[in-house]
Amino acid sequence: MNKNHRVPSNRTLSAVEVKSKFGAEFRRFSLDRSKPGRFDEFYGLLQHVHRIPNVDLLVGYADVHGDLLPINNDDNYHKAISVASPLLRLFLQRKEEADYSAFGTDSLTRPKKTVLAAVLLRPDANRKKPPVIISLPRDFRPVSSIIDVDILPETHRRVRLYKHGQEKPLGFYIRDGSSVRVTPQGLEKVPGIFISRMVPGGLAESTGLLAVNDEVLEVNGIEVQGKSLDQVTDMMIANSHNLIVTVKPANQRNNIVRSGGGGAASGSSGRSSDSGASFYGYSSSGTAVATTPAHIIQNYHPEEVESDEDDEDLVIEAGGEAVPIPRAASASCSMPALPRYEPHLNLRTAANGALAASNSASSLSALSPTGRGLEGRSQEEDGTVITL
Amino acid sequence: MKRFRRHGQESHRDRIKQELYQFNKTVEHGFPHQPSALGFSPSLQLLAIGTRSGAIKLYGAPGVEFMGLHDENAAVTQIHFLPHLVELVTLLDDNSLHMWTLKAHKGVSELLEIGRFTLTGPPGAPPSVTRVTAVLAHSSGELLLLGTEGGHVFVVEVPGFRELEERNISLEIVTHSIPEEYGGRRSLEHVESLQENPANPQQVLIGYGRGLMVIWDLDCQSAVKHILATQPLESVWWTEDGLRVLSSHSDGSYCRWSVAGLDTQSEQEKSEVPYGHFPCKAISKVIQLPTKQGPPFLLFSGGMPRASYGDRHCITVIHSKTHVALDFTSRIIDFFVIRDGPDQAGEPSALVVLVEEELVVIDLQTEGWPVIQTPYLVPLHCSAITCSHHVSAIPLKLWERVLSAGALQNTHYSKKPWPITGGLNLSPDPPQRDLLLTGHEDGTVRFWDASGVCLYPMYKLSTAGVFHTDADPNDNMNQCTEGEWPPFRKVGCFDPYSDDPRLGIQKIHLCKYSGYLTVAGTAGQILVLELNDESAEQAVEATVADLLQGQEGFRWKGHTRLEVREEPVLFPPGFQPFALVQCQPPAVVTALTLHSEWKLVAFGTSHGFGLYDYQQKNNVLVRCTLNPSDQLAMEGPLSRVKSIKKSLRQSFRRIRRSRVSLRKHHVNNAAKLQDANARLEAELAEMELAPVQRKIEARSSDDSFTGLVRTLYFADTFLSDSSHNTPSLWAGTNGGSVFAYQLRLPSVERRAEDLVTAHPAKEIQLMHRAPVVAILVMDGHGSPLPEPLEVAHDLARSPDMQGSHHLLVISEEQFKVFTLPKVSAKMKLKLTAIDGSRVRRVGVAWFGSSCSEDYGESGLTVLTNQGDLHVVSLPGVKMQVHHPCIRREDVSGIASCVFTKHGQGFYLISPSEFERFSLSARCVVEPRSLVEVPHQTPTSLSRAQPDGASEYRNSTRDSDEAAVLQEIQKSLEGGQPSFLENNMKTALTGGKALSNGD
Repeated sequence: MNKNHRVPSNRTLSAVEVKSKFGAEFRRFSLDRSKPGRFDEFYGLLQHVHRIPNVDLLVGYADVHGDLLPINNDDNYHKAISVASPLLRLFLQRKEEADYSAFGTDSLTRPKKTVLAAVLLRPDANRKKPPVIISLPRDFRPVSSIIDVDILPETHRRVRLYKHGQEKPLGFYIRDGSSVRVTPQGLEKVPGIFISRMVPGGLAESTGLLAVNDEVLEVNGIEVQGKSLDQVTDMMIANSHNLIVTVKPANQRNNIVRSGGGGAASGSSGRSSDSGASFYGYSSSGTAVATTPAHIIQNYHPEEVESDEDDEDLVIEAGGEAVPIPRAASASCSMPALPRYEPHLNLRTAANGALAASNSASSLSALSPTGRGLEGRSQEEDGTVITL
Repeated sequence: MKRFRRHGQESHRDRIKQELYQFNKTVEHGFPHQPSALGFSPSLQLLAIGTRSGAIKLYGAPGVEFMGLHDENAAVTQIHFLPHLVELVTLLDDNSLHMWTLKAHKGVSELLEIGRFTLTGPPGAPPSVTRVTAVLAHSSGELLLLGTEGGHVFVVEVPGFRELEERNISLEIVTHSIPEEYGGRRSLEHVESLQENPANPQQVLIGYGRGLMVIWDLDCQSAVKHILATQPLESVWWTEDGLRVLSSHSDGSYCRWSVAGLDTQSEQEKSEVPYGHFPCKAISKVIQLPTKQGPPFLLFSGGMPRASYGDRHCITVIHSKTHVALDFTSRIIDFFVIRDGPDQAGEPSALVVLVEEELVVIDLQTEGWPVIQTPYLVPLHCSAITCSHHVSAIPLKLWERVLSAGALQNTHYSKKPWPITGGLNLSPDPPQRDLLLTGHEDGTVRFWDASGVCLYPMYKLSTAGVFHTDADPNDNMNQCTEGEWPPFRKVGCFDPYSDDPRLGIQKIHLCKYSGYLTVAGTAGQILVLELNDESAEQAVEATVADLLQGQEGFRWKGHTRLEVREEPVLFPPGFQPFALVQCQPPAVVTALTLHSEWKLVAFGTSHGFGLYDYQQKNNVLVRCTLNPSDQLAMEGPLSRVKSIKKSLRQSFRRIRRSRVSLRKHHVNNAAKLQDANARLEAELAEMELAPVQRKIEARSSDDSFTGLVRTLYFADTFLSDSSHNTPSLWAGTNGGSVFAYQLRLPSVERRAEDLVTAHPAKEIQLMHRAPVVAILVMDGHGSPLPEPLEVAHDLARSPDMQGSHHLLVISEEQFKVFTLPKVSAKMKLKLTAIDGSRVRRVGVAWFGSSCSEDYGESGLTVLTNQGDLHVVSLPGVKMQVHHPCIRREDVSGIASCVFTKHGQGFYLISPSEFERFSLSARCVVEPRSLVEVPHQTPTSLSRAQPDGASEYRNSTRDSDEAAVLQEIQKSLEGGQPSFLENNMKTALTGGKALSNGD
């Protein structure tokens, strides 16, 4: 992890420099970028170079963001090769000792020192019992998650969309509609906000967690009841970098069924007609809505939501370099390669500049994954307009 | 323990908040939108205007204003004051009658509705039987006569609204009393007019639509006389001596009838079609008033020759040999004449005309009948308002200079004082002089005295003279051609037609200490003006600012630049332009600020911003902020993308155009209007078919208009290091960027020679990319930096330059405080993420405590796109209070809002009216006035004790309400006499002083 390893011309060559670590041992070799081959061949190669032919391995690599991501099929193997710039760092584990929880998580926001250390440095003796393997995350970065399952009525679903640094648009539309709720006075029609359209290829569609005609109940912990379509739109846009929407899915068949009581009325509800009407169990959402107006749900952690968008405004000082506002001071020393800011530079070059910035940032972060994560990301997020 | 303490602190803070903030909508300035009725009480000297939205407004002496709103959303069609009383009756479009009164409460009069009534006819009668068309408030103050569409006259006792069925005058009785050959079998039609005989209150003249007039004796309940006119009747007037009756007719004629004799049938003395020969339009109202010596005044509205002048809105005044047709620019609603003397029986002194867009008062006692300038009800919208700017606490020197410049413009007005003098203005003198500047579509800037309740016009500045326009310089409103018939004279100032929309004023900034003013317009023009007490002839030097700075692939498709007059132009005393910057491309100026100490003006458009040195008359800095892929911003207003809003606007325009032409031609107007309405409805229906949906997408740098400059700010602060403060310029864009430039100013001695330079110092890209609405720097104490020259004039404490400064960036979505000189986020307040509203307008204000003189706090006054007002504390950016203020659908109202420096504000509630509101508990400008009850006659005193609630026939609930009201009234009357008397004494002396002043 020091700069001596860096060979500037490497990127232009077809060879990929591989540094593989198993236990305390390192192996170095190179691969042809244009002909990476298949995963099983690669797996065999690893077993060969580490001289552990009969050990079942779990292969992981550090991506540009410093996340540890698995290699277990041809697709993610090719992805790993293609993004390595210039160095591909591999971490091998024994399958029976593997800590799956380290993979794929948003390791940036976690305490940084534990990200790789948890996998690599922790003595095997205190290792927790590995959880049951269902499957490994198919994609390498979280794009969405269902949260707060334990506290929400089972007819509802709270979805978090991670927009960080993605090129993908959020990609959905909302509309006005009416929803039917069960109240002590009987059925009551109330205005509601519904998802009206999904943009093909957008983030919302690709997660599969949101669908047309889902009713939107909350945006980042704030109830939308009584708010106009425009207000809800603005709230979603204001939270677009880390959007948490609580919906009542139009299709209730995929709900998680919890054992035990609760949700008495939910079974009978849950169909959304074309006109956008949907039915609520009074016992589930009705009471929650009534008793805690404009509340923040108990399990909702504002600080967690704040943390990853906190103050990532970009400041450019004259004659200096781009500095993201937050605790960036510690990391900024590793940015000598950035071109100096030219104030009178034509805006036309903005796109190129942005590209250069993200390139250099990613190359740097590949070298020092533990310390660079945060800055690298904010570079990418705001990078498109840096007038470098 | 801790919890208790915290609780105590909170309640302490709550108390401070109550002492600091208080929300009130205080007064409406300007001219009521869509007036529909006019009333006047000679005894109270009060004028009443009703509107199509059901509002009723009373005006007396300047500062005396009352407003009421009917619960029904129906137009007010008639207003009648009960003679010699403080009550008035309104008739609405929905056929309901309402009784209002002015009640003194805590020494201030209030306008209250005390009763309502709808005429109920006999069971089974068609609605026309009870549809009220004419109202007479009888001089006894006890009776109301209601003429209806069916031809009946109902008699109602007031104030209780008790129908006196036995006294009703039915059509049948009247028909029996007239000769058979006149009546025939044809209907007499509706009751057009009811008039009381000025000489004999028991005689009432009933005028029917078909032309018949009957004099009815209320005592003996029979017809005394009849007048057989053959033309459809428009109005009736009984001369003061009670001997003659004037009638006006729909064929443009008026007749004079003698009713003195004992014959049952009256003689026609005279019949005349004043503009006759060719067919004329109806004379809708005729008045004749005697003068002590000489011939009477005859006034009538309408009667113009149909073909040639049918589209004119005229009132003709004939006195002796003088004959003038006053030609108004909008439709005449009604008019009346004020007469001299205590009982309003003397010489006619002033003609008051309510037209659709303004109130015009004409002095009838001065040669040439000049117009008296109105102290209130001034049409703000003479030309459409395009922007406004408020300056608090104007130094006396500047105030007087502006006033004297304005006085020179008003020489054509009458010198006579305002003739409507009712009520007493009790509001204290305004604590300071405030100016409201409005920019208009025709390139004028109007200066209003906004210190008090009356928004009084002070001075008008026109910028059109600097440019070549299509306007005809000889287009004089008061031109009068010799020998023209009818003898027209243009009156009124309402002129909505702009010669060149590019002249429109978009931004204004006035430095109250130096008298420098900068205004910026639609075609990228920025004028710098200086107040000069002498007229001057000078050429205005133009500088072009190329905001694109060599961007290629660009074609501006908007309007062209305004053409500057090369030759010197004569400017009258007042604000005279001496420098001009023209942006290229000539897009509308979106931000403007002036620093009079540094002699710099900063301006911005959708393409970038620039800095201009108006001492050396050169550009210091030009910066392009345009995203090169932003086609919409590049091409200007004529984009190919057609929005729904635009198409709606177009269809409204089409309707307006067709309405305008309707007024001109008056042919099959109903059909045309229907046609236009149908078209609009079809378009609206089309819009509704498309589902209303909103895209959810993060803001991106590729959005349109990210480069549009929203705000510019000058600050003397620590931009680069924490030990040296330097002048700086800050700019915020629609895309959430902030640019800071360090300015280097030469020393004062070298200011005229050495160049001012600007160096880029910082750029901030807000992560959420929301438009930056305002930028503010706070000093070491956390208070906003003072305005330029404020410290030099000893009007502000000099800013704390020891402690660290803070930068406050206000975007549409959040308020964020950064440290300076190293920009790092310190704290923030999120708005949109919490409640979905966005910041539209923001101002810095100082809130004084209403309890202690010394205590006050700085705060931000914020208006959101939801129409809510918030106060945000400084420097802590915490929400203090919030109040809903404007309907969220009222986009133009929200866009027009302007804040004062002391927690008040203005917004347009219609094209012609500003609503004033106050968020401050200390600084409130609201009308406080008292109207004296006139000397009561014995009859009216006996009537003051109405008998119970039984007379209310509408509903039991109503009667309950009325009973309660009467209880209150009784207790008020019973408990207050001494108090009232006291007030009346002071009021009377005050009133004398006023009339002596006349």
